[in-house]
Amino acid sequence: MRPEDLAERLRGIFEDVLPARGEVTVTVDRDRLLDALRTLRDQDGLQFSFLSDVSCTDWPGRDPRIWMAYHLRSHSLGQRVRVKVGLPEEDLRVASAVPVFPAAEWQEREVFDMFGVHFDGHPDLRRVLMPDDWIGHPLRKDHPLGGVPTQYKGAFVPPPDERGL
Amino acid sequence: MAEAIPRDIEGAEVGRGTTAQRLRDDLMVVNMGPQHPSTHGVLRLLLTLDGETVVDLKPIVGYLHTGIEKNTEYRTWQQGVTFVTRADYLSPFFNELAYCLSVERLLGIEAPPRAMAIRVLVCELNRIASHLVWLATSGLELGAISMMLYGFRERERLLDIFELVSGLRMNHAYIRIGGLVMDLPEGAEDQIRAYLKELPHRFDEYENLLTGNPIWRERNRGVGILDAATAESLGVTGPLLRAAGVGRDLRKDEPCSGYERYEFDVPTRTEADCFARYEVRVAEMRESVKICEQVLDSLPGGPVMIEDPKLRWPARLSVGPDGIGNDEAYVRHIMEDSMEALINHFKLVTQGIRVPAGEVYTPVESPRGELGYYVVSDGGIRPYRVRMRDPSFCNLPALPVMARGRLMADVVAAVASADPVMGGVDR
Repeated sequence: MRPEDLAERLRGIFEDVLPARGEVTVTVDRDRLLDALRTLRDQDGLQFSFLSDVSCTDWPGRDPRIWMAYHLRSHSLGQRVRVKVGLPEEDLRVASAVPVFPAAEWQEREVFDMFGVHFDGHPDLRRVLMPDDWIGHPLRKDHPLGGVPTQYKGAFVPPPDERGL
Repeated sequence: MAEAIPRDIEGAEVGRGTTAQRLRDDLMVVNMGPQHPSTHGVLRLLLTLDGETVVDLKPIVGYLHTGIEKNTEYRTWQQGVTFVTRADYLSPFFNELAYCLSVERLLGIEAPPRAMAIRVLVCELNRIASHLVWLATSGLELGAISMMLYGFRERERLLDIFELVSGLRMNHAYIRIGGLVMDLPEGAEDQIRAYLKELPHRFDEYENLLTGNPIWRERNRGVGILDAATAESLGVTGPLLRAAGVGRDLRKDEPCSGYERYEFDVPTRTEADCFARYEVRVAEMRESVKICEQVLDSLPGGPVMIEDPKLRWPARLSVGPDGIGNDEAYVRHIMEDSMEALINHFKLVTQGIRVPAGEVYTPVESPRGELGYYVVSDGGIRPYRVRMRDPSFCNLPALPVMARGRLMADVVAAVASADPVMGGVDR
């Protein structure tokens, strides 16, 4: 099956279907995310039963600011599809995909950790890579790459020339 | 007068069971790691134990988080290669491959046939090297210390080959956007071919050493069971899934870089335990040898980098008397012959290339499973977002399933069989 055929099939179900570079992107409203994931997973002729990746991109100054991206694979079709959901800056919240795809658990924790998106209904929404008491979300575009105070419980890191090495 | 409640020496009421019984009811929480020799780096496991039995296990990660995804957003597209290669340090070529394929798809270009074939060659050698480290460390953790020595001995030879080919033993940055940084140096093909002849005998040795070994069998068989349905729903890929009977391999399912040109099998087992994973990985190494031999037999000629002067990496490397370094002929060309070439070099090296806006998700089959790169461009000279779907990270949530209800000692075998590389988990 070619991506164009898949896009054609998906157009019968979803409004916003975009094939590009051999990949198919479906954009849905955030209230409809879980319905969309369930449809993609269960419907005959689709069976996107494997959630391989949950991630997002941050576009400050735009609305919506955060775009979630869910990458699914259908083993029967040998195709992938990307489901995208836009989240407005003032309310970074979306339903957790864990009830539909348990594989989302750690990946949503990472998105929460790195971008500060809250997943409603997530069983264990904690930071996964950064320390629990870290302040901020490092992968957001407005978080600087360096030059931020060290946040490790009273740790002080002197400048390199004062370390007496 | 109220009768005094009989109490034992610790002050607990007698009649609520003996001290030994109460101790049995108590659960103990034990921290294993992050500094622990059997956790493959800095993995921390929070174990809830009932005596020797594991009631619950929580993997805690993040100790090796270096912000590679963030760093790539601040460097040029070409510099991204040197960052991503450091994520999963046991399979650097796969990181480079997935990243470069993603950027090439955004650019709408394809590497020349020779470059694609050599990419497959180095990746499969890398798969063998990675599985060897897995076999060596698993052997060490389960008491087969000689396996550790043999595994690292063979891997050393592979690192020598990597050094010969790319100039570096790890973090090679050999695969570049549009091809490779340099062609195979003279003599490399013969050296690889000679070593490929030797490897199957080594694998025979390992199997002689381990497969029938009663301790190895006792520690691995029926341990760390993860059935196919649970594995799939948890997002587990790679040898863990293939050991559960699901023959899913992206080299077959979604071949990239010309994998469809080579004949190989996808080994599977159905026992879904640690021993099945051992068998799958050893069989995979044999298949990788087969692929490498086919690549060498059918290696096409031609360039290893695209020709487009606006996109190709301008600098060239070559082998000199002191190892691999800048190609003197090329340096002479830009410094003495051609001002245009110097300007072109300067522009591409300092500013980099522009990549059309868009997004792609490129999965490759790394030694640990599906390694996917979700690369987003806003049309600029830097990646807007590079997201790595690392198989080590995605396989870890399956650890509690493998360990619950089993003995504490089996946790070590289960972790070893999952083969997590913390550089990839934490990125």
